[in-house]
Amino acid sequence: MFVYRGLALGPFPDTLNRDSWTLQGRSFVMAEVRLNNVTVQYNGKTAIEDFSLHVEDGECFTLLGPSPCGKTTVLRAIAGLVKPQNGEVIIGDTVVTGKEQRIFVPPEKRNIGVVFQDYAVWPHMTVEENVSYPLKKRRLPKDTIKTQADNALRQVRMAEYAKRLPYQLSGGQQQRVALARSLVASRDLILLDEPLCNLDANLREEMRFEIKQLQEETGITIIYVTHDQDIALVISDRIAVMDDSGRIRQIGRPEDLYTNPVDSYVYRFLGLSNFIPVEKSNGKLYVKNDNESISFPYHPPEGLETKVIYAAFRPADVKLSEDGELKGRVTRVIFLGNIYEYRVQLGPYEIRVQRDSFTARQEGIFREGDICALNIRNLRYYDDVEGVSS
Amino acid sequence: MNASLLGKQNDLDRMEGSRINTGQILLTISTVILIITVALPMIMIIYNVFFYQWSFDWKLFASMLTDPDNLAAMWNTIKISFYVTFLGTIVGLFFAWLIGRSDIPLKGLMKTLFAVPYMFPPFIAAMAWGLLLAPRSGYINKMFMAITGGNHPLFNINSLAGIVFVELCYYFPFVFIQVSSALERMDPTLEESARIAGANQMTVIRKITMPLVVPAIAAGAMLILISSLSHFGVPAILGFSNNIFTLPTKIYELIYRSAGSFEGIRQGASLSVLLVVVVVVALVIQQRILRAGRYDIIRGKSMRPMLIKLRGLKVPLLIVSILFLAFVVVLPLFIIFAVGCLKAYGLPLKLENMTLNNFKYVLFHSKMARDSIKNSFFLSISSAVITMFAGTMIAYVIVKLQPKGKGILEVLGILPYSIPGIVLAVGVILTWSGALGVNLYNTVWIILIAYVARYMAFSLKSASASLEQVHNSLEEASRTCGASHFESLVDVTLPLIRPGMVAGFFLIFLPSMRELTTSLLLYGPFTRTMGVAIYSIHEEGNTVQACALAGVAILIIIAGELLLRYITRERKGT
Repeated sequence: MFVYRGLALGPFPDTLNRDSWTLQGRSFVMAEVRLNNVTVQYNGKTAIEDFSLHVEDGECFTLLGPSPCGKTTVLRAIAGLVKPQNGEVIIGDTVVTGKEQRIFVPPEKRNIGVVFQDYAVWPHMTVEENVSYPLKKRRLPKDTIKTQADNALRQVRMAEYAKRLPYQLSGGQQQRVALARSLVASRDLILLDEPLCNLDANLREEMRFEIKQLQEETGITIIYVTHDQDIALVISDRIAVMDDSGRIRQIGRPEDLYTNPVDSYVYRFLGLSNFIPVEKSNGKLYVKNDNESISFPYHPPEGLETKVIYAAFRPADVKLSEDGELKGRVTRVIFLGNIYEYRVQLGPYEIRVQRDSFTARQEGIFREGDICALNIRNLRYYDDVEGVSS
Repeated sequence: MNASLLGKQNDLDRMEGSRINTGQILLTISTVILIITVALPMIMIIYNVFFYQWSFDWKLFASMLTDPDNLAAMWNTIKISFYVTFLGTIVGLFFAWLIGRSDIPLKGLMKTLFAVPYMFPPFIAAMAWGLLLAPRSGYINKMFMAITGGNHPLFNINSLAGIVFVELCYYFPFVFIQVSSALERMDPTLEESARIAGANQMTVIRKITMPLVVPAIAAGAMLILISSLSHFGVPAILGFSNNIFTLPTKIYELIYRSAGSFEGIRQGASLSVLLVVVVVVALVIQQRILRAGRYDIIRGKSMRPMLIKLRGLKVPLLIVSILFLAFVVVLPLFIIFAVGCLKAYGLPLKLENMTLNNFKYVLFHSKMARDSIKNSFFLSISSAVITMFAGTMIAYVIVKLQPKGKGILEVLGILPYSIPGIVLAVGVILTWSGALGVNLYNTVWIILIAYVARYMAFSLKSASASLEQVHNSLEEASRTCGASHFESLVDVTLPLIRPGMVAGFFLIFLPSMRELTTSLLLYGPFTRTMGVAIYSIHEEGNTVQACALAGVAILIIIAGELLLRYITRERKGT
């Protein structure tokens, strides 16, 4: 039984079984994707350089980075929509791009589903024609085309719109059509290029669950490109965080990235953050400050040798209380419904603190001008802070 | 997507093996078409002007340049186009503002009337004004002399001023259309915020509205300038009898008088070079003058702008506008049909002198007139079909494939737009009458080649515009769905630009139906076009029959225009 958020949608459609697809003889047996030292240049400008990546079969993998950082270029290189100047792309056990082997498989022979940022639903074809197009190009029998297209449409809950033209659909519906079309195009590997960023917040939330659900049910390999950390955290098995020069900073499971970022860039990119410069002196830490000396009552980290280091912590990891060693003054209190957000002045620095409303009420609400003590958990230290452009 | 596909030939490109890819085929064909139709004639002109029997020879060009007649023609060309551009811009601007920003009534009617000059071939308009204002025989002049009792005509149309007047009537809509669409697109809050900031009405017009529409004025004025510099029909009809020549009519006269001898064609070619130089210099000067600011804030959907109340001026302005439009648009149209119905030229315009025999004659009895209609249809349809497909293909290469060196394709495609028709005709004669081993002179094919070259820019522009609407990802999506490049073109791109292609067809079909300039130099005994036939019947003095055939031509063009509007309106919904 295919269950979607408590709704039983009937038996899972046959065509979603990947094995039946490999019988078409066009599929790659495993949809594992490897990029080895890929370099892509557009008109002499380098988009990605010496880029390597390994995405496992059946994984939902997200490329997360600011725009533009070459993440779309990675997708296009996998799909065969750009010709890399160097390197190789391997899907399953097939080399689809190989500079040395002199191989370039054109996009139509790669058997990949792609959902484009602007959906790219063909405006002159009905929903059904859009979705059946990949099957038609495979010269499948008519009734097979019909059943498979119907199944895919049912899967994205668009079956009743089969005869509509795209201009009669909302953005979210067009996005589902694009998704259905990519599902029909490939049961092995789907590439999604920020397909949710044009949708409104509610729809975005809904669709990201649906994509995740589809992926879990069908076992398709998904490579998802986005600059939106919320989506990345929700749908990914693994995330690669890229910087604006197109390099990968860290790859890992969402929790690992959030709790163990390798550098301040990754730390700042995922979630909200506070950075306070602190100085080491006689084995103790002090908040970097020209006037009075403020003690930072935590253990100095091992290994960082520079004089000034940065203490990083999440706004939600700060507890405010009446007494404690580290004192600050509340400058603003913002009520966000489920969250109380405080701005606390610590020496020359403003610190962001978030308590969920329930905890905040238990701990007592602070008012503007109050003196409070800060208790910080999950502190990390970095020797520099890098800007994040997005 | 294909930047690297067609760009540098690297190893990866060769990986696809012996299979030639679709992009390269399209690029090659496009280049060949443009070189044959556009580049060759231009090269042949320059070669024949400056080289004689393979050696450099500048004497011909120098002697042509120092001939006082030619200099007078050049001076006339410059004078006429200066006045036409200057006055046309003022008239066009005034009406654009009146319709776009004032509360004058009957806007719909006026807009319709403004579209008429577009359909009205200018040389036919010149014929009409000749009928009305020729010094002795013009109907208005005769009426004026009858009323005043004197024998001084009111106005002599066979003069520089007359030529300026007729061209002005025909060309002011260029500025009108550019500026009124800019006014429609302009965000009215720009003007409203100026009012709120304390500026009065006149200050807003001067300081806000005018500067913002300067680019539109410049574009419209440039169209007028290019068109009037290279214009042939009006000065040919009105100027010859008084020995008033412009460069285009002088080129025609030189070739015509020498009965197509090589020397005459070389002289014509020399003047052609001079004419192109004048056009280029005029464009450069005009761009210098109007360089002031290029704004890009004219944007946004059409909103309801604040309309200026004309109050007491409303009625007088309305009367003036309607009279002006009736005078420049309706009157010539009426006179063509009225004279076309006369039993003989010179009879008063009374109902008892009217007959339909002239129409019968040109449609059924005169072989020459009938052939000309057939030829025009054949040439217009075939050149429109060829140019539409070729232009779409070239636009696809330029817009979507973006190969290295697409700039050359763009320049070659747009070049004929600013090259006078008469110059193109000279180039086509030099290229296709045996010099390169192919002789098409006196056949219909030489006219076809000239039309294709002349209208390629139209097709290229409209196809580029519709291709730019088709986002690259649509074709990429079909590639990833398993369609080859060629299949994607057929399944996705072509269906999406089909409406644009249909509109492009008519954009070529209509002007080639009324074409005169190039056909007049290229026609042979059996390949007269409608324009040529009307012109020659008129020159022979058979005014009533010329008018009847002109009436037929106008009806065909109006029918085509209505069809075009119907088709483009149909597509707007989807």
